Amino acid sequence: MKNCEYQQIDPRALSVSPLSVQSHTEKKEQRPRRKWEVFPGKNRFFCDGRIILARQSGVLPLTLGLIVVTCGLFFAFDCPFLVEHLTIFIPVIGGVLFVFVVTSLLRTSFTDPGILPRATPDEAADIERQIDTSGSSTYRPPPRTKEILINQQVVKLKYCFTCKMFRPPRTSHCSLCDNCVERFDHHCPWVGNCVGKRNYRFFYSFIISLSFLTSFIFGCVITHITLRSQAGKSLVQAIQESPASIVELVICFFSIWSILGLSGFHTYLVASNLTTNEDIKGSWSSKRGAEESGNPYSYNSIITNCCVTLCGPMPPSLIDRRGFVPPDEAIPAASVSEIELPPFTTKNDANMCTQSTKDVLERMIRSSSDFNGLCPPGTPKTTPLVLDVSSAAAPTAEPSSPPAGCSRQHPHRHAPCPPFSRSNKSDSLHSINPAFRLASPSPSLSRTTLILGDAPDIGFNQLH
Amino acid sequence: MQGLVPTATDGNMATEFHNLQELRHSASLANKVFIQRDYSEGTTCKFQTKFPSELESRIERTLFEDTVKTLNNYYAEAEKIGGQSYLEGCLACATAYLIFLCMETRYEKVLKKIAKYIQEQNEKIYAPRGLLITDPIERGMRVIEISIYEDRGSSGSSSGSSSVSGSTAR
Repeated sequence: MKNCEYQQIDPRALSVSPLSVQSHTEKKEQRPRRKWEVFPGKNRFFCDGRIILARQSGVLPLTLGLIVVTCGLFFAFDCPFLVEHLTIFIPVIGGVLFVFVVTSLLRTSFTDPGILPRATPDEAADIERQIDTSGSSTYRPPPRTKEILINQQVVKLKYCFTCKMFRPPRTSHCSLCDNCVERFDHHCPWVGNCVGKRNYRFFYSFIISLSFLTSFIFGCVITHITLRSQAGKSLVQAIQESPASIVELVICFFSIWSILGLSGFHTYLVASNLTTNEDIKGSWSSKRGAEESGNPYSYNSIITNCCVTLCGPMPPSLIDRRGFVPPDEAIPAASVSEIELPPFTTKNDANMCTQSTKDVLERMIRSSSDFNGLCPPGTPKTTPLVLDVSSAAAPTAEPSSPPAGCSRQHPHRHAPCPPFSRSNKSDSLHSINPAFRLASPSPSLSRTTLILGDAPDIGFNQLH
Repeated sequence: MQGLVPTATDGNMATEFHNLQELRHSASLANKVFIQRDYSEGTTCKFQTKFPSELESRIERTLFEDTVKTLNNYYAEAEKIGGQSYLEGCLACATAYLIFLCMETRYEKVLKKIAKYIQEQNEKIYAPRGLLITDPIERGMRVIEISIYEDRGSSGSSSGSSSVSGSTAR
């Protein structure tokens, strides 16, 4: 066996490193990167990709601080008096509202609003090919709009030059976050994130509960001061006894106008299934006299619109922050089929010819079904693993050992791989060979044969 | 070269592995077709069932349309607004959305079914024809990507890759 031949594989062909059995040390040198680390938009990630925020979240601490401080003062200074003179339920209600407000705020801030991942180079090339029918060699930017019919109404889809795709309807590109966001409402600096399809319900519950909270605190503080001044004291004296109440009063007074106004506005938007973006631009207002341009997305029933917007199914996050970057993404797709054969293959042409594409594909798919809890390392590292797995149990769905670097002798464990998200298998198989995009069925596998350890990840994903 | 006999009976997986490495050239990616979204009914997830011309020689139209229609039905099921989704939404709201930490949403469940279906379709129908479907979720639900592989090994055609030095020895 001419093992030395294995070393002669052209590194360019494999895109990363020689095709030898990888040692642990080599594996450690090329740490697999998660997708959030290479995310092209201007977002910040925490907790290894579990939490997403816009780049400028400067006002979120202020929002949080105001809410916490006001509630803190309320519980510390007003509640004792009111519990004594009125009822115990006042701090209880206040507490419940406070919890709702903070939870909604944090969920709005930390949830992926519905960011659309940018188009892959293949997709972008395909779109440009479709548009540029003249076949001229000079590069022309694609036309900016495409018209489609939605519910018998003409809607213009714009081409996003940053994300290199035609934006789906109701999608807009946020310049602050540098992402296209589905059902884009607005970028809220108070919340420190865009408000879009996936977090609109959290945002709405935040402003509604905040309206209730501020009104509640406002009312309680007024009651408190009134009760104090009724007990034979003057108003000024009452205020001097409880100065914190004035602070709360001022904060609540100024915020109530804006919060109540915003709640009312968004209630109107929800009822008519509009976004702030559309309302401001007047996309569906009947400006053009004869033409009836109503909202094509509205269900023409207030209740249905509300239910759909607020209680509709929760779509998944499309950007897959915690997945691993397939190492072959660095290779331009165009060069794949032109990769020079490694030198030693000249000796094996006969063997090559005997294998057909179909067998290859089928074998890849079969071997992909053997993968369980495969952790994606760098490129060729999984290749020894592929063969290991196939050798071990082509017919069975035996779980594979942890990735290359971990040799065949390791017991088949799921344990090392629990934290990985659903894309890890696709990435690992992609890493085998850029040309073998056929590895891509494995993501489907990864969803169906997810190891138990992934369950928390799924739950976590919902947080975003 | 023993290392490259592409038989499963060989038992030496080093051989099979290297076959896979080199056989990428006999199974090289020729083209990719993108099935775009169909927005005629709004923003719900639905893909166009128009049969792309690049696939005309590779697969029967009915099979392709069946696949896309089934996928569309799955997505419609995931996004269906009705009693169950309202219940899920209200329950989630009542628990301050903490229930999502424990429970999988209906959408996620359907996505798993879709993934299984796509893999099954790939194994049974598409891979034997040298095609491969990528799950739309991997592409941001924008397109169904179908990769077309050129079968250079069995047909002996060079499929445009003249840099494959191995092919000269055939």
